[in-house]
This record gives sequence, structure tokens and C-alpha cells, in this order.
Amino acid sequence: MTTFGPSASLEMLAFRHRLLKQVRAFFEDREFLEVCTPLLSSETFADRYLEPLRVTLFSDPKAPTCGPTWYLQTSPELHMKRLLASGAHAIYQITQSFRAGERGPHHNPEFTMLEWYRQGDDFDSGRQLLVQLLQETLPDIRLVEEISYRELFERVLGMNPHTATVEELQEVAWKQGLRTVDNRGDLLDALMATAIEPALDRQKAVVVHDFPEHQAALAQTALVQPHGYRVARRFEAYAAGLELANGYLELADSSEVEKRHLENCRERERQGREGFALPSHFVAAMQSGFPACVGVALGFDRLVMAASGQASLDFVQTFPAGKA
Amino acid sequence: MATYSTSEFKKGLKVQIDGEPFQMIECNFVKPGKGNALYKCRMRNLIRNTTFDRTYKGGDTLEAADVEEVDVQFLYRQGDKFVFMDNETFEQHELSAEQVDDSWMYLKDGMVCSATLHNGLPIAMAPPNHVELKVEYCEPGAKGNTATNVTKPVKVETGAEFQCPAFIQQGDIIRIDTRTGGYVERVRG
Repeated sequence: MTTFGPSASLEMLAFRHRLLKQVRAFFEDREFLEVCTPLLSSETFADRYLEPLRVTLFSDPKAPTCGPTWYLQTSPELHMKRLLASGAHAIYQITQSFRAGERGPHHNPEFTMLEWYRQGDDFDSGRQLLVQLLQETLPDIRLVEEISYRELFERVLGMNPHTATVEELQEVAWKQGLRTVDNRGDLLDALMATAIEPALDRQKAVVVHDFPEHQAALAQTALVQPHGYRVARRFEAYAAGLELANGYLELADSSEVEKRHLENCRERERQGREGFALPSHFVAAMQSGFPACVGVALGFDRLVMAASGQASLDFVQTFPAGKA
Repeated sequence: MATYSTSEFKKGLKVQIDGEPFQMIECNFVKPGKGNALYKCRMRNLIRNTTFDRTYKGGDTLEAADVEEVDVQFLYRQGDKFVFMDNETFEQHELSAEQVDDSWMYLKDGMVCSATLHNGLPIAMAPPNHVELKVEYCEPGAKGNTATNVTKPVKVETGAEFQCPAFIQQGDIIRIDTRTGGYVERVRG
């Protein structure tokens, strides 16, 4: 490998090309519209743990640090939802997304996101679309198992994640070397990442549904009868030891969207990071009447990894950080 | 002392936990899609040479350890004490037999080694990767080498013994790899 060349081999780039064509054909067959939304936006939705890269949109080349702050998108979600609110029915996009501070064997600050939304899908039909895509693009991983978040925790850790106490969670977290996590939401996330994901069968694809309420992001929540706890109508796909995709029964309530943005800003400030202004275009789109739909965001690089058996993101990207 | 935040964590980082110095020998970044970043680290205690695993969450901090490596010259041994001198500051550092461990086998007067200092005090040392030692005593090599006497024990100037090829004789200078304790070659000239 030369210092100037790509980290993915040319054979891998050809494989990636074929997978791209396969994904496009999948959505063509289902009459989705391929859209192109900006990478740069004047607004961003506050997330507790996702950090957008900032860009100064300067106009005077003699003063390149003067100008409004714009954001590189962490996902095309906001723009695509504005399209849905304006009448788009079924849309998909394969685009670059950016997340600051994320670099590792499965992470690069810039990565390729496949994201889609379809009006009229409910939680089950929306999930089935992801399952079908996985079955077609991962032929070696034949079995796609669907399981609830609760069943997964019960199977691997023997505890109900919705009703376990913080102390019980901390005790299990202790065994994973975790000492500094003390709130319920972070503990569940950490256990998922350190105890459960590594225990998943790499030969199978798994789609986990019904996440804890705190992990709702922009998904709807629902009450689980007869247990009485709320879950987020969210699903995630894992294969080959990788988190591949996140899907949501999308939140349509604009006041709930505002509320979550503010809560996230408060949490960010509590952690010493700046909050963000309310994304006004996005909120206006939500207020205008957002249609019922399911949306999915899938890491395309990771799909290539799972389909080709690569363990490192670097081998499926042309120029990851360090080579870019 | 300065602190490191998780975004600065990486292999080789020297940190202090409960007053003891550690080196981060592994650091793996794990991040669930919408959750906080996690850093799975393995730390080696530089004094005790033990390791442990700890997983930190994004935003955690660790105290930086005042650990530096300096070149030192071996001066002499006095019973259980090994005395080295920093070539630049002329400061003398004492290490115990326990800290020097197996390295005693390679220490010749004046040999330049590397010492690890924590808060200015020596906690460990390492000899150079290869050393040349004079053979003080060995049996003469057996004639007509059979499969059973290809190597023989050889005593060198430090008092240590190494397995060497049968042709090595008293007075020879041999090169030893200090990382394996094995004979490399006879030094000519």
C-alpha cells in the first residue's frame, strides 16, 4: 500500500460499486425517489452524543473566519423530513454524513449513510423493508432474527432492561470494567455496546425492536401493555458484529420535537458542550403536519464490511481519516 | 498535573491512578449509534507490571502521570542495589534487585540503559536490545558434534550463564539478545 493510495483495494471498490447498484435497484423496484439534500445546513437538531462539525460560511476571502456558523449534517434526516412534510411519498438517499470525534475500527468522522423514509409504513411494515434489504445484500448471513430489546437483555444478561434498577445495571456494568456510568440510559447503552453486541451470533443478522423510552431520539414512544412501561418505537439491525442501521416510527408531534431538542441542549450544557438554536425550518415542517412514516438510517460502509467480511472500516473506504 | 480527556486517550498514554503510574497499552473506541462513546482500555501498572481493564465513557478524564524515560549509565552494584547515572544531569538513580530483575545478567560497567522515572524516582530499567559479553568460562567444545551436544552453558563476565553453540571458547565475545536471553552470534574483531 502506498502512502498516497486508497486504503480499500481496487477489488473492494468494485465490490462496493456492485453493492451500491444492488441497493439502488432495491429502491427502484419499490418506486422510491432518490433525492439529493445538502451536506451543509444552517441548523441542526441537538443530540446528546452526536457532534456536528462546524463550518464558517464566510464570504470575504480576506476574512475567512468571519461569517455565520453552519453545520455538516450528522445524517440527512432534517432535510429529508422537510421533503416528506412537503408531500414526498417514498424517498431514499446515499450520501456522506459527518460526526466529530468518532474514529475507530468501525468509525470514521466522514462516512456514507443510506437513509430512507416511506409514508404509510407502520412499525412492522417499515421494519420488514429493512429485513428484506438485509436478506438481499447479505446472502451469506441467511437468517434474520427479529427480537425485542427486552428479550435480548433477558437472553444475554438475564435481566429485564425496562424494570431493572440502576444498582442492578451497575453491578452488571462493573463486570465490563465500567465504573463511571451512573444514569439508567447510559448504563443500558453501555451494556448493549460492551456486553450484548459482542455476544450476538456473527453468522446471523438481528433486528432489535422496542428500545427503552430514553433512547427515543426522534421516534414515537408507546406504552407496553400489560407491563405499564413505555418503549421507543425504534429498531436496530446488527450483523457480523456491527451495528448497521437504526429505524424509527417517526415522531410527528412538533411540540415533542421541541421538548426533546431543549432537553438535549440542557444535557449537553451539563456536560460542558454548547447547545444549539432550535432548528426552525425543521420545526416548521413538523408543525405543518408531518405524515405517518418509518425512516431508517443505515451505515453503508458497514453494510459493505458485513457483506465482504472486512473487520475494519478503513478497508472499505477510499481515504479514511489519516489518509484523506 | 495535567489531565487527559477521553478524546485524547490512545495507546502509550501515561496516566496516574491512585498515585501509581500506568501506561495505556490498549484503547478501543466503541460507540453505539445514539449513545455515549465508550473507551475500552487496558492499563499496565509501571511499578508492579500488572494489568487491568477499564471502560471509560466519553467525557471522563484521567490524571497525566509524570513518567519519563532517560538514558542512564550502569555504574556499579552494591549487594542489592544497582546504581545508574543520568548522562545529562549526572544524577544518580538507585534500583533494587527486584526492579532490575533479570537485567542483572547483562549489566557491564558503563553500559547505557534506559530508566523509567516516575515523579523523578526510578521505577524500572531496560538494557539495550543487544549486549556484547566476554566469555569467562566454558568447557571446550566436544569433538565430533552429535545431536546432543550442539549447545553448552557458557559463563560471561557478568556472572550469568547462557546456552551457546559448542564452538564458543573462553575469551570469545558473544552477542546476546536481552529480550529473549538467547545467543545471537560470536562477535569478531
